Amino acid sequence: MSASHESHHPLTLSGEIRLDTGVIINKCYQCGKCSAGCPVAEEMDYPPSLVMRMLQTDDPKQYEKLLKSMSIWLCISCEMCLTRCPMEIDIPTLMDNLRQRSYKAKKTNPQARKIIAFHKSFLDSINYTGRLYEMGLIVDYKMRTGAMMQDVAIAPKMFVKGKLNPVPEVIKGRKKIAAIFNRIQNNKEGK
Amino acid sequence: MIKVGFYPGCSMKGGAQEYQESVSALAKVFDIELVEIPDWNCCGATAAHNMSKELSLSLPARIMALAEKEGITDIVVPCAACYNRLSLVKHEMAGDPSLSSKIASIIDMKYEGTTQILNIIQFIDKYITDRLEEKVVKPFDYKSACYYGCLLVRPHSVLKFDRVEDPQSMDVLVKKAGGKAIDWAFKTECCGAGMSVSRTDTVARLSGNIMKDAVDRQAEVVVVACPMCHSNLDMRRPEINKFLGEKIDIPVLYISQVLGLAVGLDPKTLGLNRHMTEVKFPAKPVIEAPVAEVPKKVSTTQNMEA
Amino acid sequence: MSRIGVFVCHCGENISATVNCEKVAKITGELKGVEFATDYKYMCSDPGQTLIKEAIKEHKLDGVVVAACSPRMHEPTFRKACAEAGLNPFLCEMSNIREHCSWVHPKDDLTTEKAQDLVRVMVEKVKKNKALNSIKVPVTKTALVIGGGIAGIQAALDIANCGHKVVMVERQPSIGGHMSQLSETFPTLDCSQCILTPRMVEVAQHPNITLYTYAEVESVDGFIGNFNVKIRKKSKSLDEDLCTGCGLCTTKCPQKKIPNEFERGLGMRPAIYVPFPQAVPNKPVIDRENCTYYIKGKCKVCEIVCPTKAIRFDQEDEIIEVPVGAIVMATGFDVLKPDFFPEYGYGKYKDVIDGLAFERLASASGPTQGEIRRPSDGQIPKKIVFVACAGSRDPAKGIEYCSKICCMYTAKHAMLYKHKVHDGIPYVFYMDIRAGGKNYEEFVRRAIVEDETQYIRGRISTIYEKNGKLIVKGADTLMGAMPVEIEADMVVLATAGVANHGAEELAQTVHISYDPYKFFAEAHPKLKPVETNTAGIFLAGACQAPKDIPESVAAASGAAVKVAALFSQDELTRDPLVAVVSRQAPPVYSQCVGCFLCQSVCPYQAIEREEIKNRNGEVIKTLARVNEGLCQGCGTCVALCRTKAIDIHGYSNQQVYTEVMALLND
Ligand SMILES: Cc1cc2nc3c(=O)[nH]c(=O)nc-3n(C[C@H](O)[C@H](O)[C@H](O)COP(=O)(O)OP(=O)(O)OC[C@H]3O[C@@H](n4cnc5c(N)ncnc54)[C@H](O)[C@@H]3O)c2cc1C
Ligand code: SF4
Ligand code: SF4
Ligand code: SF4
Ligand code: SF4
Ligand code: SF4
Repeated sequence: MSASHESHHPLTLSGEIRLDTGVIINKCYQCGKCSAGCPVAEEMDYPPSLVMRMLQTDDPKQYEKLLKSMSIWLCISCEMCLTRCPMEIDIPTLMDNLRQRSYKAKKTNPQARKIIAFHKSFLDSINYTGRLYEMGLIVDYKMRTGAMMQDVAIAPKMFVKGKLNPVPEVIKGRKKIAAIFNRIQNNKEGK
Repeated sequence: MIKVGFYPGCSMKGGAQEYQESVSALAKVFDIELVEIPDWNCCGATAAHNMSKELSLSLPARIMALAEKEGITDIVVPCAACYNRLSLVKHEMAGDPSLSSKIASIIDMKYEGTTQILNIIQFIDKYITDRLEEKVVKPFDYKSACYYGCLLVRPHSVLKFDRVEDPQSMDVLVKKAGGKAIDWAFKTECCGAGMSVSRTDTVARLSGNIMKDAVDRQAEVVVVACPMCHSNLDMRRPEINKFLGEKIDIPVLYISQVLGLAVGLDPKTLGLNRHMTEVKFPAKPVIEAPVAEVPKKVSTTQNMEA
Repeated sequence: MSRIGVFVCHCGENISATVNCEKVAKITGELKGVEFATDYKYMCSDPGQTLIKEAIKEHKLDGVVVAACSPRMHEPTFRKACAEAGLNPFLCEMSNIREHCSWVHPKDDLTTEKAQDLVRVMVEKVKKNKALNSIKVPVTKTALVIGGGIAGIQAALDIANCGHKVVMVERQPSIGGHMSQLSETFPTLDCSQCILTPRMVEVAQHPNITLYTYAEVESVDGFIGNFNVKIRKKSKSLDEDLCTGCGLCTTKCPQKKIPNEFERGLGMRPAIYVPFPQAVPNKPVIDRENCTYYIKGKCKVCEIVCPTKAIRFDQEDEIIEVPVGAIVMATGFDVLKPDFFPEYGYGKYKDVIDGLAFERLASASGPTQGEIRRPSDGQIPKKIVFVACAGSRDPAKGIEYCSKICCMYTAKHAMLYKHKVHDGIPYVFYMDIRAGGKNYEEFVRRAIVEDETQYIRGRISTIYEKNGKLIVKGADTLMGAMPVEIEADMVVLATAGVANHGAEELAQTVHISYDPYKFFAEAHPKLKPVETNTAGIFLAGACQAPKDIPESVAAASGAAVKVAALFSQDELTRDPLVAVVSRQAPPVYSQCVGCFLCQSVCPYQAIEREEIKNRNGEVIKTLARVNEGLCQGCGTCVALCRTKAIDIHGYSNQQVYTEVMALLND
């Protein structure tokens, strides 16, 4: 989204975020309604309104804390905060942005490893087959996290119920999907 | 025979096969042919938008571009998560032509943004609702807690579907199928979504609270429109019950299964046997539950003023 | 050959910081027809004005251009100075080199050049100016007060006590407004009825006040000093002279199940009713929409029981015309129905109520005789959650502004609750506590410290009902935004104060401007807070913006003084900047062809028809003529007239062309 470019200093973090996401950090008046409705606020190290406040400080130390926080990975993009925010601040998009920043800066919280591993397995599955191959995803995820025993108990039942497909669906345009992944990767590196 | 474009999404090919089975069976009853978008890919789901903005735009864009190429105007997207992704991407690209052309070059396809994205309820309302009541042969006479979850109704500014708080569209359908939609508080609270595997405990807590409110208000069944919600409420039931320290055994049905049962389709066709929590209903309701006042007609595209 | 004086003002540094004022004076002093030019630090100051006056005399000036700020503020100042020096005031013009130049451009030669151009334009205009005489109009010394809340009451009493007549129009059956619904009032906790009722009675009994209740203003014509107002007195189905207010009808009326508006729906009232026991006048009206007789054609119980035979089923609305010289708007405010917050469950859960309903619960004359009992089951709530800013400061769903009164009344509610239910716990979810006002902060502190109100800083996300309790989900932003859940017995929403319903229509009826929120607009936010942009119409109380009682009363007294000042004159003078339709003698010639297009567009009905007669008294043609008293000089007719027969004094076509040409011929 095109925010006005001259109106704020391009080097501040909130300025960058505004350019990336259109979210205007200073619009938040710290009412806390987002934290009040966020389903995972109680598990977060910084509930959403606190994330907003930390960004408002434009303090590198706070930014660092955020990049290393669990909050950004716990957010499930449920959009409750945005729906009820009196200022219509798009926190979910902001969270996406922070996650990407954290990942890029290699600062992800160690406890978020499982979540990130899951995402990566998920994306790999798409990269290779064009679709999500659930069984492959689970196996891949287990390899990445070492959580070998997780969910083994329900797997056979799922299988019987026809909920686990033993063979991956591979789309014809598989190469095209891989090309999309490549182009995005190249764009990033070119940047 | 009416033809409508169809995007099943990965889960309907895997863990949520019964959703696809029931949607197809229901469509057939109403003479609708669902035309699957050829060679569709995964929409990227949560993983893509968590990890890469471009990827989260490109994957859905390719799906819509494929549909455009086939001349498909309406795409039914029964999975609420996929519906949400496709709608958001369509919206964002429509508002930003330079982004749109950038993504078009990444997917190396023409993209116009002309397709109409319909969620399962919008699809039913557009193609089925008018003829629904005349076809009901076995009223679905159960107290139903319609659970909408997050992705069907939020963000309202983009989706513009139903009321964002206390939505009613599914309640109306359940009522038309002969059921009672109960008034409850957790219709749009989050179930934990894609955290099922990576943070099972979170899912158990969130889904647990949802199930608890439903049974506290004497629901006999929870009705959903999203495979992710379904798997959290159904497949994660052991974890839920452990979290609650209770034994909740009411089934979770897709709205398509509810309507399918009402129009007389047999449970197997609708894939009821595939649920992890066994689908069984009490013979007689015991206590009167508070029943929501359901407006006669709720526009599926309008907000709370409706 | 003109002898014009140019006076360039520095406005402290407001102008001189970017414009070279000396240079402007020097260059424009060389213009043809300019006799004298100078600059000065503050032209509007006493020495500045003296400078102008002396220059007029010394140089025998026949025109003056003051290059300074916008004419809005100081044109009258400088015109008056000119008049005092013997120059016709309408030969003085202002050139705006501040807002139009120095404030909007950087310091630069070009900026100075622009200022020179602006002055030159005005010099050329002044050359074409004509001496004009002010228009005199008589003043009708009766004031109309619209709205009978505390603001209207105060304004009416103040004006009446100055010896002037007042007509008060109130649309409800009783005067009193919102204040009559309140229990006790911050910051002193005195009983609202006790301080209000005597004033209401005083209005009713004052020899100078005529009160029309159940009435609304239908139309307003005319202008300051000379308004003509039509009032629709709605039928009360009652002969008020016969009715003694015994109230028998209200007790016998079989139709008793109408939600009582005054009690915010917490009680019921009959179809023939007096809104509340202390109502003024204390006489009933029949609510025709709910009266069995008007609906079904049968009943008339009230007519049968009435000892004085005062009921009049066939009574019709009455239109009353009154001439007035000034109007005070005092139509108050409304509270936003909080049903646009589905997440708060108002309307769905009976025990989620708004602040006004809580006032009724706390009021000794209310539906529970002042006991705090929740609407659903009459239980005494042990935990109440008060929600501040419910709809205020919420661009997404409510209004952007702060409603100003709710922080205070919420603290009051918490206090009243604690005083009545000693073991109860009041919670207040707030964002900021806005308690600016005499003794206000102290009042809030008392609610927190003495009455142990739990203030939690955060907006709540949602309220839902569970097992007879209201689950309130909030967060404590002073505790790291930690989620908070309270099982409350009752929730009170401090809903936003908004413009009264019908405010927009009323503003259009009386021809005053209003802001985007539909509150009536003051003429100047700081210096003319009780005036409107329409001369002779003033503002009192919460019709302008949310206000508490002290502020409403202060504004009302302010408006009353304005009215009294106006009425202290027998005649008003007005600027003669009005339209004229050309006339030349003899025999009366005019470019006007009598098409009267102007008449159809004039927003002030100022165009009249004049019949031109020959010596024998026969009508030879009909021409347009402008009523100087009504014309506001808007110029619409000028723009429309096909034959260019109409001009505006002081802004003639010729003058405007001259200004444009002065720029082009540079
Ligand atoms: C819940 C609550 C509690 C409050 N508590 C306090 C308190 O403790 N202390 C305090 O100082 N303030 C308090 N206030 C504020 C107080 O109510 C206002 O300051 C006061 O009522 C404003 O008076 P008003 O005359 O301007 O307007 P209103 O009281 O609104 O009166 C306006 C009158 O004009 C009439 N009217 C409206 N439109 C028309 C029309 N078109 N034609 C004719 N008549 C019309 C109305 O019927 C009404 O009688 C409270 C407000 C609320 C909502
Ligand atoms: S989108 Fe994320 S931050 Fe917002 S309410 Fe949902 S989980 Fe919380
Ligand atoms: S709801 Fe919006 S304004 Fe309030 S704290 Fe959260 S982001 Fe800020
Ligand atoms: S006629 Fe109307 S007001 Fe009179 S008693 Fe009957 S219902 Fe009441
Ligand atoms: S006065 Fe207080 S409660 Fe009312 S809107 Fe302003 S801050 Fe909110
Ligand atoms: S100038 Fe305006 S007010 Fe005066 S007569 Fe013309 S149209 Fe009417």
